Amino acid sequence: MATTAPVHAHAAPQGFIRRYVFSLDHKVIGLQYYFLALIAVFVGMFLSLLMRTHLIWPAAVLPLIGEIKPETYLQLVTMHGTIMVFFVLTTAPQSGFGNYFLPIQIGAPDMAFPVLNMLSFWTTFVAFVVMLAAFFVTGGAPLHGWTGYTPLSALTNSGPGEQLGADLWVTSIAIFCVASLMGALNFITTTLDMRAKGMTMFRMPLTVWAWFITAILGLLAFGVLLSAGILLLLDRNLGTSFYVPLVVVNGQVMGHKGGSPLLWQHLFWFFGHPEVYIAILPSMGVASQLLSTFARKPIFGYKAMVYAIMAIGFLGFMVWGHHMFMSGMSPYSAFAFSIMTMAIGVPSAIKTFNWLGTLLHGRIRFHTPMLFAIGFVSLFVSGGLSGPFLAQPVLDIPLHDTAYVPGHFHLIMGVASIFGIFGATYYWLPKMFGRMMNETLGKIHFFITLIGTYAIFMPMHYLGMAGQPRRYSQLTEVAYLHHLIPLNTFMTYAAFITVAAQLIFVINLFWSMFKGPKASGNPWEATTLEWTTATPPPHDNFGGHTPVVNHGPYEYSVPGAPRDYIMQTDPAGVPAH
Amino acid sequence: MATLSSPVTIQTPKAGKGGGGLRPPAFGGGGDGGRNDGFPDYGRRLRRARLGLAVAVAPIVMLFVSFTSAYVVRQGLPTLDERTNTYVRDWIPVNLPLALLLVNTGLLLVSTITVELARRQITRQVALAPVRSIPGVSLGQERAFPWIAITAVLGGGFLAGQWMAWRELADRGFYLATSASSSFVYLLTAAHAIHLAGGVLVLLYAATVSLLHKPVEARRIVVDVTAWYWHFMFLLWVYIFVLLWFVR
Repeated sequence: MATTAPVHAHAAPQGFIRRYVFSLDHKVIGLQYYFLALIAVFVGMFLSLLMRTHLIWPAAVLPLIGEIKPETYLQLVTMHGTIMVFFVLTTAPQSGFGNYFLPIQIGAPDMAFPVLNMLSFWTTFVAFVVMLAAFFVTGGAPLHGWTGYTPLSALTNSGPGEQLGADLWVTSIAIFCVASLMGALNFITTTLDMRAKGMTMFRMPLTVWAWFITAILGLLAFGVLLSAGILLLLDRNLGTSFYVPLVVVNGQVMGHKGGSPLLWQHLFWFFGHPEVYIAILPSMGVASQLLSTFARKPIFGYKAMVYAIMAIGFLGFMVWGHHMFMSGMSPYSAFAFSIMTMAIGVPSAIKTFNWLGTLLHGRIRFHTPMLFAIGFVSLFVSGGLSGPFLAQPVLDIPLHDTAYVPGHFHLIMGVASIFGIFGATYYWLPKMFGRMMNETLGKIHFFITLIGTYAIFMPMHYLGMAGQPRRYSQLTEVAYLHHLIPLNTFMTYAAFITVAAQLIFVINLFWSMFKGPKASGNPWEATTLEWTTATPPPHDNFGGHTPVVNHGPYEYSVPGAPRDYIMQTDPAGVPAH
Repeated sequence: MATLSSPVTIQTPKAGKGGGGLRPPAFGGGGDGGRNDGFPDYGRRLRRARLGLAVAVAPIVMLFVSFTSAYVVRQGLPTLDERTNTYVRDWIPVNLPLALLLVNTGLLLVSTITVELARRQITRQVALAPVRSIPGVSLGQERAFPWIAITAVLGGGFLAGQWMAWRELADRGFYLATSASSSFVYLLTAAHAIHLAGGVLVLLYAATVSLLHKPVEARRIVVDVTAWYWHFMFLLWVYIFVLLWFVR
């Protein structure tokens, strides 16, 4: 039974501006986030190519850019990390796909607070513009890394880019915090209050669970980062000494006194570690969704998956100290943080086990989204296994400032999350635009990207163990690293090929959006609510009625059912056959 | 259609906490005024707005927890003295203008009472609106007191009082960057003041929408949520005051 009462708060908008620019429709806002992240990821990748080029040809003079000086290299490091973490990994999987599909998957006509939703996107947009502006001011972008360690980041004369560029950087992050808080508020309220009849919490798809828990993490973490950013701005501009001790820069005694650089590290990493899960959890949700759908099997251990997401989210707040083993913390604290960090391995292993269990004996359909989901699991395992090593203080101290750490987090947090975004794009584009993406191009894109990312980031572990430091701009003149130049060269070529393969994706994306073959209403024969509505979904998502949910999200291959899948809205009970 | 021949006086119902809590069968979307007036399901929208507020309190709490931890850690931290090259304690207790802050606290306390009266008044108006619309029925005497405006004025008074407290601190030689302790005093009071100023703006909005012929149910949502936010702001201020006074 479907209710026919008016279901939507605001009428379908007329006119270009209300429809596509200042839209209140969660689907348009989701796409706005997605395309913002798409622009950001190309900016970020371009910066990484400059870095990789400089590492093997330090004297190269690049067209338009010129020679990359050491400080320029640090600016590239900073902006690459910041843009990728905030404007890609936080923006696309959570704000982009979450905005588009969370309301539809729970059977709601829109987000709980549509105006707030629009504000949160445009605030993110402003943050992005402010961040990019840092490139163009006197001194250029800051060079303090995406972690912005004090006192380097708190002093305006500590290096080029630390004047206005660093102010813009901090301001952008503060604005981004506010935007993320508004978004998280909307996600949580929507999930709790707007589920359709029959959509109990344990009938929600794992994507919704992941977006929901991620929103809770964001809600608690971004407030802390905001506080850290406010203190940093005060130190930089109003002469306070929250982070800066008595310090001498270029022979000049600065006016600060008594501040604690470690205070920044604590506040930053209290946000920073949950941020890792903010980036990866939505992709975990997508991977679960895709593996179940394309293996034609219920997800293995649905409730265990939900509790594992919760456990990862909870433990994520207990482990920030493992980023600070180098800071001279008490061995007892280090021990506690180390134990808690390794404890995260347990829910992570539960998830991996369940993903593999889902694949076992499945009738797997190797479509492109499925390939990316399997690729996600592969990267999650490869990147995750180095985590317990870094969780040991005695191992972390020699490895901390080497290429080992970027190898670890790029695989697990960076590329794994990106694979979730790719999988979600190939999977949901037929629903979002009513057209299929090209499978051949998709598979070529998948294999080049998978092999390419392993070729770039796997060797970083070896480089790290061989002692190659991270963040250093010139390594070719260092005698003990000479034998590593060929491997570095190989990685740079791999980076160019992998980035070039992303052009295949972009061409496929835009070509399919407009010219791809028409998609049916449910091309993947999936069960969740977005596949019960029209393609693309109408303004109020379900065309004037609200769905009533009778089934769990992953009822595939149910014995006795006429088809190998049961939609969530199918009548209760298995039809006798 | 027959109408009642003589006016009937109906006792004003008492409005307590809550209200609008029952989940109506119809489904609604959009709870923040996104062109959704005219959508009738106000009970549901009120519930959603209250839930949204409860969620929004979490990051504000985290912000102040974060400031508090920084405050406590910094207070216990020794500083390197460059003359003697030894670690010394450099925490200077701030000479707070106690009397002024107590007056401000009193203003805010009164304003929480007035905002609660505003909330109850508009809750009554909503409850009685259907009765009022019956032709021939008049209700008992109740003056519509401008509690919202009074609260906004009291809130403005508190902010002015905090400004005076800063001036007083400056007169006593404590500027933002004078010492770590004074930095935190300004930081915590300013962060609270900004949040309270947001509440004042919403109150002014609520007072204005009453002139814009918005349905009383829609205005009630704004007033109700702002009232709860205001109570939270009072508790937050008490917490900050206690922290600054006792952890000096």
